[in-house]
Amino acid sequence: MAAASSLFKRYALQKASPGERGVFQQYWKHRHLFLLLLPGLVYFIVFRYLPIYGLTIAFKDFRFLEGIWGSPWVGLDVFQNVFSRADFWEVFRNTFLLSIYKLIFGFAPPILFALLLNEIRNAFYKKAVQTISYLPHFVSWVVLGGLFIQFLSPSIGPINILLKAMGLKAIYFLGDPKWFRTTLVVTDIWKSMGWGSIIYLASLSNIDTAMYEAADIDGANRWQKMRSITLPSLSPVITIMLILAVGKLVNDNFDQIFNMYNPAVYSVGDVLGTYTYREGLENMSYSYATAVELFKNVIAFALVYSANKIAGKINEYGIW
Amino acid sequence: MSYRASAVERLVTGGIYALMFLICVVTLYPFLYILSTSLASSNVPLTQIQLIPPEISLESYRRVLEYPLIGIGYCNTIVRTVLGTFLSVLVTLMMAYPLSKKYFPHRTFWTGLVVFTMFFSGGIIPNYILVRSLGLMNTVWALVLPELVSAFNLVIVRNFMMSLPDSLEESAKIDGANDITILFRIVLPICKPIIATIALWVAVWHWNSWFDSLIYATRAENQVVQLVMRRIVLEGSQNSMSLSAQMNRQNEIVTPENLKAATIMVTTIPILLVYPFVQKYFVKGIMIGSLKG
Repeated sequence: MAAASSLFKRYALQKASPGERGVFQQYWKHRHLFLLLLPGLVYFIVFRYLPIYGLTIAFKDFRFLEGIWGSPWVGLDVFQNVFSRADFWEVFRNTFLLSIYKLIFGFAPPILFALLLNEIRNAFYKKAVQTISYLPHFVSWVVLGGLFIQFLSPSIGPINILLKAMGLKAIYFLGDPKWFRTTLVVTDIWKSMGWGSIIYLASLSNIDTAMYEAADIDGANRWQKMRSITLPSLSPVITIMLILAVGKLVNDNFDQIFNMYNPAVYSVGDVLGTYTYREGLENMSYSYATAVELFKNVIAFALVYSANKIAGKINEYGIW
Repeated sequence: MSYRASAVERLVTGGIYALMFLICVVTLYPFLYILSTSLASSNVPLTQIQLIPPEISLESYRRVLEYPLIGIGYCNTIVRTVLGTFLSVLVTLMMAYPLSKKYFPHRTFWTGLVVFTMFFSGGIIPNYILVRSLGLMNTVWALVLPELVSAFNLVIVRNFMMSLPDSLEESAKIDGANDITILFRIVLPICKPIIATIALWVAVWHWNSWFDSLIYATRAENQVVQLVMRRIVLEGSQNSMSLSAQMNRQNEIVTPENLKAATIMVTTIPILLVYPFVQKYFVKGIMIGSLKG
């Protein structure tokens, strides 16, 4: 090793130009560190950067046998094909509608839940409620999909049994286009409300208690304290969470829909993620699916960027 | 404070307590319903499932556990979780160490290379083409390698290492230890808390992952347990029919619904048992993440 290193140094000194020599020697000096970096580096190049290069198939007519490199370029033909198809626009509409519904109905519950939980003084009860509310977060949609299919079943599901007992008609929650979106939104809130409240609870625990004590002395009631102390203290976090939520408007909860939908509700429940999956991996239209996904990512980026700009105008809490 | 105000206060407080209790019931009810269904004997009509079924039978569980693919699926899940978590933590740790050293050449560039991937990725299709081209289909590597190092975790470990005092390694350097020895002998033991946290995140992620197995494992015997469950419950009229038709022991009949419920429970129970103990580490993750975001 020592011999090799002195040989290398001599070689590097003879062959390299002064600037290059510096870099070489730097890396040689820290060769053990570089060796530690190497496996991760190889991983990032192969599994993170090669797929980014693979995005070029959105502009090619990709054929597996010829590989990404060998497939012929077709310019924007694939995108033209995407935008000319009616089913793409239906899916695009579904994605947006569903996300907007989830934002409208799903944004407030975690905040309200955190505020109410914050009013509870009994530490044990509070902890228990929190722990139970986290449960659905740890169960994947693939399990919950199976669970809800049975739970919402028109023939044996408890909700429909109750409806029928009241003399009403059974509702096909997962099979009726009129109900499918509602079902998705409600089950999503059910799954994410407890977990989503963590961030707000943390902010609530950071509020200076001296403010509340001062308010008590001034004779403020619960409602006034909430309005003048709690909500203003939460507003930066709420703003950031809102920006992030807007950024996710095209991120369509693939896992949830994929495990709950069926052809009967494609017209309302098929979203960009599931569409990409079916077109790309079931119909093998690799270029087409990649173009759809690339388009989705561009929109997502634009959304985050503009949401951040708008938020920056309103107040000084941006994410960059 | 007047008596009336305090009465109203108490009423409001009571209301909040009751509402919280209701939220817990709504959260737990679907799970309890499935649990009851899985425990109910097939003599109990499915429209009359109660919290504690009038006739309890473990036959559905026995059938599910005897179904070979469930066992194989569990093995696949455990293998990918153990192997994936071990390799992820190892490579993340090795990569974070050089990036935490101010004197490492081109550190900013190498770190930027990692951070860039937080914002840009290839997406499903290019990843699928890559895994297929590398010949990883139907192997555990298809589930372990694509998500081996998360840029987010790497940055967290790197920041943790940057907060350690330099004096730690200087004495070892004087003794002639090289960086690799220092990392594994000195730095690693100090990093234990952050390693445990990240290992936990990765492990739960692996345990709950199923989509990669769906696209990369075309053969039933390579699929993870979540997917086996999905096939039985969602697509699986055939599977569950054949399951319920297995008249391997006395002629006790099990309905597909009881079986599906038992399958759901069998795949969920490990998570249910573990999550109360690991949740606090996940909360920590949200906190770190929110500081970043």
